Amino acid sequence: MLAYAGRRVLATIPVMAVVALFVFSLLYIAPGDPAAIIAGDQATPDDIARIRATLGLDRPFLVRFGEWSWRILQGDLGTSIFTALPVTALIRQRIEPTLSLMVVTLILSVGVAVPLGVAAAWKAGTLVDRLVMTLAVLGFSVPVFVISYLLAYVFALELEWLPVQGYTPIASGLWPWFRNLILPSIALGSVYVALIARITRATMLEVLAQDYIKTAAAKGVGSRGLLFVHALKNAAVPIVTVIGLGIALLIGGAVVTESVFVIPGLGRLTVDAILRRDYPVIQGVVLLFSFCYVLVNLGIDLTYMLLDPRIRY
Amino acid sequence: MSPPGAPDLAAAAAAPGIAVAAAPDLPDIFPPVVRRRGLRGVVARHPAAAIGVAILLLMLLAALLAPVLFTVDPTALAPSRRTRLPSAQYWFGTDMLGRDIYSRVIYGARVSLVVGFSVAALASAIGLAIGLVSGFVRVLDGIVMRVMDGLMSIPPILLAVALMALTRGSVGNVVAAITIAEIPRVARLVRGVVLSLREQPYVDGAVASGSTVPAIIWRHILPNTLAPLSVQATYICASAMITEAILSFIGAGTPPTTPSWGNIMAEGRALWQVKPTIVFFPALFLSLTVLAVNLVGDGLRDALDPRMAKRL
Repeated sequence: MLAYAGRRVLATIPVMAVVALFVFSLLYIAPGDPAAIIAGDQATPDDIARIRATLGLDRPFLVRFGEWSWRILQGDLGTSIFTALPVTALIRQRIEPTLSLMVVTLILSVGVAVPLGVAAAWKAGTLVDRLVMTLAVLGFSVPVFVISYLLAYVFALELEWLPVQGYTPIASGLWPWFRNLILPSIALGSVYVALIARITRATMLEVLAQDYIKTAAAKGVGSRGLLFVHALKNAAVPIVTVIGLGIALLIGGAVVTESVFVIPGLGRLTVDAILRRDYPVIQGVVLLFSFCYVLVNLGIDLTYMLLDPRIRY
Repeated sequence: MSPPGAPDLAAAAAAPGIAVAAAPDLPDIFPPVVRRRGLRGVVARHPAAAIGVAILLLMLLAALLAPVLFTVDPTALAPSRRTRLPSAQYWFGTDMLGRDIYSRVIYGARVSLVVGFSVAALASAIGLAIGLVSGFVRVLDGIVMRVMDGLMSIPPILLAVALMALTRGSVGNVVAAITIAEIPRVARLVRGVVLSLREQPYVDGAVASGSTVPAIIWRHILPNTLAPLSVQATYICASAMITEAILSFIGAGTPPTTPSWGNIMAEGRALWQVKPTIVFFPALFLSLTVLAVNLVGDGLRDALDPRMAKRL
């Protein structure tokens, strides 16, 4: 078991190396002089020369990649061209809202989607099932910013139940913090709920057809115990896998949700960086998100051993 | 995809006036399957997909016929009549520069459809090629798949955003950026199919009888890849349309001079609390189109893989 865990951890190293190489070389794959691209349309030759010096563009590619990777391993993501602040400092300023949004969305989504999927599988073919599946198709089809505007219009502007936009730090109280996150989380979670509900229904249908479920039912296990203890536990591995993979959707969606709800998080930082062509910031955020994504999925792979004791690779 | 023989027999058995020997003695466990043929049959079997195709055709027509659909120049400015509400003259109202939103939304269909279809076609073709190489050339498989794993670890929207940050906004660059982000999933899918087919006895048979690799790919691999690939391509089309809108919405996509649903919404963003119609109409068209593509994808999946239909 430890050997498997060790091998699995080691396997993420080449993946992360490829991510780093790709994020680093993006700037050089793009056609044209990278310094001129970053400097933008109104740049003077001085600006371009300054950026070329900052990026160290006059030295060989592999040398620069080596130095860059070494600095990243030491926790240095470079310096923002626009603000001249370290990228890590910018990320630290903006991480709380994004982390809050993602964690709240994750908890709300899983809490809603899994019971929905279980109900749809339990009542397969009925109105409940069709309703859940229709909602899932809608969740996949209505883009996150459309849902954001719709929710903000109905619940904030018309009904005035919740704030239209903004973010309150968790330090100013749990309820004000949560109140500001309700609408963004629902908007961001819609695709995620659709994804999880669908896979939960599919795996539950498979598990519910197994003989041991019939045996348990014959022995008098109630339907709630049957569904949530006997069936859901055995359906857990695919569901948890999709929860992990779906985090990519949350990361992409957060960029948009933060723009609509004016949340000063990493998504906003990215959007601002794009408009200013502040490439070190974009690199830093993409790298951070990708590494987190890889690590979360590594963690999930390792929990399989707890979820399903038969898994011994 | 369905075998041509079976439905004919069922239809013949169900048709009145044709005697089928020994049939009356059998208990009626399976009711006779009446499979209607032609367009009406397809619509009856896959109503949701039919609706999807219909919406998609309407959008396609709107995009092609945009100049004659009572539109005006979508970029014509008229500061004196800005932010009007929908009326008989301006069906969807006007934006803050006085441009007609109806015209902009109809012309915007072009961008979404071009991006959706081009990305689906390009990502499928390139992904297919990479998947085939990875599945057949074992030496390259390890390296190619590590690169694909790496690419897949970057959330697709972020990858597209990073690529767009480096290039000038244009529809072509948007297509390229989203395509790069979508390729790894296709390559993985195709490689999986190739690896499982390589173990099939009939492929062994083909190898033993001296078929060349291109012949095996053409005769055995491609036909079996086509079904999952076309389903995947529709989902890629849907997600590419959403990604294009997101990129344009955050200012890293289609340039503001070309009306696209994403940048109409981006321009309406500042005013949405007072004039929600500017955001509403492009949002409605985008959601409807993506829904249509997803319905077609679900229909294809059900039609091509009946086992999956019961599960998902």
